[in-house]
Amino acid sequence: MESQLLRFTTAGSVDNGKSTLIGRLLYDSKSIFEDQLKSVEEISRRTAGGDLNLALFTDGLRDEVEAGITIDVAYRYFATPHRKFIIADAPGHIEFTRNMVTAASTTDTILIIVDAKQGITEQTKRHTFIASLLNLSNVVVCVNKMDLVDWNEGVYKSILTDFYKLTSQLQLPNLQFIPISALKGDNVVNGSDQMNWYSGSTLISLLETLPLDSKLCNVPARFPIQLLLDAGDRKVVAGRVEGGLLFVGDEITASPSGSTGIIESINIDGIEILSASGRMSISIGLSREMDVQRGDILTHSSKLLRLSDKFDAMLCWLSDVDSSIETTYDLQLGTTNESASIQQIHHKIDVNSFKSYVDKKPLSMNDICKVEISLVKEIAFDAYSDNQATGSFILIDKRTNATVAAGMIL
Amino acid sequence: MSDSSLTFIDELESEAIYILREVSAKFKNPTIMFSGGKDSITLIHLAKKAFYPQKIPFTLLHVDTGHNFPEAICRRDSLVDELEVDLIVAKVQNTIDLGRVKEEQGENATRNSLQIRTLLDAIKDRDIDCAIGGARRDEEKSRAKERFFSHRNRNGEWDPKNQRPELWNLFNGAYHQGEHFRVFPISNWTELDIWQYIEREKIQLPSLYFAHEREVVKRNNSWIPFSDFIKLGADEKIERKKIRFRTLGDITITGGIESNADTVEEIVQEVAAMRQTERGNRIDDKRSETAMEDRKRLGYF
Ligand SMILES: Nc1nc2c(ncn2[C@@H]2O[C@H](COP(=O)(O)OP(=O)(O)OP(=O)(O)O)[C@@H](O)[C@H]2O)c(=O)[nH]1
Repeated sequence: MESQLLRFTTAGSVDNGKSTLIGRLLYDSKSIFEDQLKSVEEISRRTAGGDLNLALFTDGLRDEVEAGITIDVAYRYFATPHRKFIIADAPGHIEFTRNMVTAASTTDTILIIVDAKQGITEQTKRHTFIASLLNLSNVVVCVNKMDLVDWNEGVYKSILTDFYKLTSQLQLPNLQFIPISALKGDNVVNGSDQMNWYSGSTLISLLETLPLDSKLCNVPARFPIQLLLDAGDRKVVAGRVEGGLLFVGDEITASPSGSTGIIESINIDGIEILSASGRMSISIGLSREMDVQRGDILTHSSKLLRLSDKFDAMLCWLSDVDSSIETTYDLQLGTTNESASIQQIHHKIDVNSFKSYVDKKPLSMNDICKVEISLVKEIAFDAYSDNQATGSFILIDKRTNATVAAGMIL
Repeated sequence: MSDSSLTFIDELESEAIYILREVSAKFKNPTIMFSGGKDSITLIHLAKKAFYPQKIPFTLLHVDTGHNFPEAICRRDSLVDELEVDLIVAKVQNTIDLGRVKEEQGENATRNSLQIRTLLDAIKDRDIDCAIGGARRDEEKSRAKERFFSHRNRNGEWDPKNQRPELWNLFNGAYHQGEHFRVFPISNWTELDIWQYIEREKIQLPSLYFAHEREVVKRNNSWIPFSDFIKLGADEKIERKKIRFRTLGDITITGGIESNADTVEEIVQEVAAMRQTERGNRIDDKRSETAMEDRKRLGYF
């Protein structure tokens, strides 16, 4: 009951063995049910000459991708005695940037799978760039198919060197490497008899020990208000703490409304508590005179948010309809919605070379670019690098209601 | 205390509460689809927490096949009294009487697929813009990709091309007149998580979930409870077995498993060691590999 939750995403170029690796993690951690196993065994017998095809455990989606069905992320669940895991797996290669950004946004950790025989490819660069764009805390590079290079340490080491060279200009706080064979199972859940030169941990024990959400505790407290609750003559607001620590008695300000007051009580499920921290859904009793509404964010009065009707942001375009300067979008940030437009496209980024280039053409699917957003009214926000929850937003096309872009405030 | 001291159950609970509150803020007339089963009972427990001290700002919607476990209905009615929420009962029988659907014939006939029409009619008639369900992504292959906020078009169908990517904690609930959403706050929970939570929170469940001697009939390799709705086939007979149910659906198709677990603690242990998926005992899912997928497109829960 004491164990904690780690969410991670996976990225690999075509045929690097991503599906096999996920299948291996599920299979060796005994997370596959007998009825699922039976149906995969049956298909394996018919097609793969009998050997269990691990990739099939996650294959349910391939047909749908081919049928043109949009699947941005598929989720898988497994647990070990130490931790519970949610894998956000982004299938599909065409809409890859869009899907990967979507999957990675719900996690703090990414496994990047590299084929030992191929080394670093264009796609590896793209995956790495997105990991740094989304400011993920943990990047684990799995050098797969070590069996095909005779378990050779030199091959592994040279991929490491290349990777360090590649990422010298990127921000990657915790970068780890593991040589594995997803097919044979080496260093995934079980150790390896073939690579005695490797003294690090297996993938699963690394996943069991990676630091969790370290970004959440040492930041200023943020509490986006979701609702005002009906609590008689008391003023009670509901929401989730998105970083930092709040104590009863703290002096607070609601932004953008500017109303100030004191935290009179903190409640979780009817029980009074003295403090609340990151990711807890709570309710807060406020001084009665405070005038707040959904969309306001509570902070300590000494650690305010930025307030503005324009900001620069990195934008990933998700829609097959291009952006337009004339369109007014609905910008959703935390619990705030406000009309917004893309005022200016500063530059786009080539995800393969990490280079920026100027291109004033509208944004189209998978584009990553730096833009200026302007809003009809002032809103309160943080830089994404300071707080993910108060620094990220989506743009919604008001005519189709589609989510067309994901943004990170600079 | 640091944030990373949240256990996974705390985190899943917090996520579900966050989503229930978003629903309340974004929709005009949301309802909780209530089946009487453990997932919907857990959902209601979470809703109670999400809005305390206020009462739950949703109605409850029960799509009644007429083939109920009597005990599940008792539990439904006592919850409605306790929570002071409005209950909407949409009866499949009415949909049949109105000639909107035809009853299936034969030994394996169920009203499961007929429920879709009844549900969609209720959603339309009552101007429901969001139906909250207890479905989980681990239940079935086709659910692995389901979103928290799942958009349905004017005909109530799930249009695969019109689903929205879900980033960070940002859910897009915008819709046009006549469309609606299905929202699944416990998407990320597994069967084991649910049971551990039920244990921790001491949530009361119908005794059907606990092993008990019951009259059952073996059908398609599952133990189906004997009831007035079951017509015995020539080679079928009633047997007494110690059975518990992993899901509670339509009584005519919900199979039980042989088990000795008659407390929540024992069930937690049994589920942790379980080697079969939860829906493995539902006859309707066994009909074809893509059974669930097909029903979902049509607007199944
Ligand atoms: N020799 C060897 N082959 C592997 C290993 N891992 C995966 N493969 C093989 O590589 C091929 C591609 O594996 P998949 O898991 O389907 O690759 P993928 O990256 O998921 O492919 P897509 O789903 O198409 O992206 C399959 O034939 C696997 O059996 C490995 O560690 N060693």
